[in-house]
Amino acid sequence: MEIPRHWRLKQQRYALMGEVCPHCDAKIFPPRDVCPECKSEAKTPYAFSGRGEVYSYTTIYEAPSGYDANAPYTVALVKLNEGPMITAQLTDVDAAEVQIGMPVEMVTRKMRDDGDERGMIVYGYKFRPAVAA
Amino acid sequence: MTDIIIAGIGQTDVGEHWDIGLRELAFTAIEAALQDAGGLKPQAMYVGNMLAPNLSHQSHLGALLADFAGLTGIEAATLEAAGASGGAALRQGYLAVKSGLVDVALVVGVEKMTDQVGAGVEEALATAADSDFESVQGLTPSAQAALLMQRYMFEYNVPANGFAGFALTAHANGAGNPHAMFRKAIKPETYQKAEPITPPLNMFDAAPNADGAAALVLTRRDLLPADWPASRPLVKVAASANASDTLALHDRKDPLFFEAVYLATRRAIKQAGITLDQIDFLEYHDAFSIYAALSLESGGFAIRGAGWKMAAEGRISLTSNLPCVTMGGLKARGFAGGATGVYQAVEATTQLRGLAGACQVKDARVGMIQSLGGPASTAVVHILTRL
Repeated sequence: MEIPRHWRLKQQRYALMGEVCPHCDAKIFPPRDVCPECKSEAKTPYAFSGRGEVYSYTTIYEAPSGYDANAPYTVALVKLNEGPMITAQLTDVDAAEVQIGMPVEMVTRKMRDDGDERGMIVYGYKFRPAVAA
Repeated sequence: MTDIIIAGIGQTDVGEHWDIGLRELAFTAIEAALQDAGGLKPQAMYVGNMLAPNLSHQSHLGALLADFAGLTGIEAATLEAAGASGGAALRQGYLAVKSGLVDVALVVGVEKMTDQVGAGVEEALATAADSDFESVQGLTPSAQAALLMQRYMFEYNVPANGFAGFALTAHANGAGNPHAMFRKAIKPETYQKAEPITPPLNMFDAAPNADGAAALVLTRRDLLPADWPASRPLVKVAASANASDTLALHDRKDPLFFEAVYLATRRAIKQAGITLDQIDFLEYHDAFSIYAALSLESGGFAIRGAGWKMAAEGRISLTSNLPCVTMGGLKARGFAGGATGVYQAVEATTQLRGLAGACQVKDARVGMIQSLGGPASTAVVHILTRL
């Protein structure tokens, strides 16, 4: 398992840290230093709220290596309230209850391990139905 | 402007070739293409392959295949663009010959997807998506397609089984292709009762993984052998275009529009100096039925939200105005990974030569082939015409 690769991404995986464009105010996730909207330099950090809604979803039964222990799991395109869309597993919800438009919120969960009980565990964001404010 | 001719074609059957290795599979296609080209000697070989490094622990296919084909010394390299690797390799061959720096180019697509099954294959296929932000979530290519299909059906009120027409057409045409993996038409009930894979996708919405190799020889018209039979139709590459879109599906400005297909199709049409209605047949990249629908819409053949209806209403059949997947497509021919784009070119050439037998499109003169990587994160479009 590529430890530095996962370590580099922990701000995004644990805190949904992205960027905001100082020129057009677009919110950017994940960070890419060039604004996809106006193409100018965008390096200002921005912390997303973790709130969004389900744009689409599906349930995976045939998982890739490392994810089989968790199968079946539901994966969604989540449109964050601030604008960007991300891909994330849904958690704490029955597959049958998921609907397009459902409000969801970010939680931190175990994504996978490297198959070695003394090895690395990868944590990241998943989304659960938003608890009423 | 000199014409770039497809002088020779070759292909293996598509299937689960557990008894044939990667290099042997490629060589069968290479040998057939070189023989069909009547003695032309290539100076360059461009390979289309996506997963050999993962599934066969073999990269560096340019050197391997040139060596195994007895062509050591020639220029050789692999082009990789996920599922569009074959299209990208074809484009590279075209660019090389068009530039005048290579006289004869061999293009070979080869893939072995069936030496492994299950989680290992899913993991390998997922490398075509965004590793840091899609695959890490356990996303697979099937799931990407399912996410699009789910949203599409929601936005356009598509009824259950609305996508059946794509599988029905593919299998009906595959029945006439001796090299296809599936050579039997299927009934609507078969689609309706098919096992769900990743909802709303069912087993017939996804092309089956397979092994296969296809090859072709490109050269300039003035370099064709003197004994080229006058009766043998000349097929030229009239246009070649490659366009990219965001890699991750979630980064799309408009997820239900394949911008890369739109751009590459526009560029190709312009290069060939034709209009869409002049296309006699279309080989879209139906890795998933939703991709077929979106390709029809994004290419301009159907309005948004109506691509599925073209298939449902039989308007992509061999006798329709726009025959599609004329020899089975990915669904019935089988999905041989990076070889797909070359299979499409080989089949289109067969159509334009008038040798497609039961699959023949009447008076085929202009064919368009589209090779996609992922959900059209890459789209490579070629137009082939009969001279």
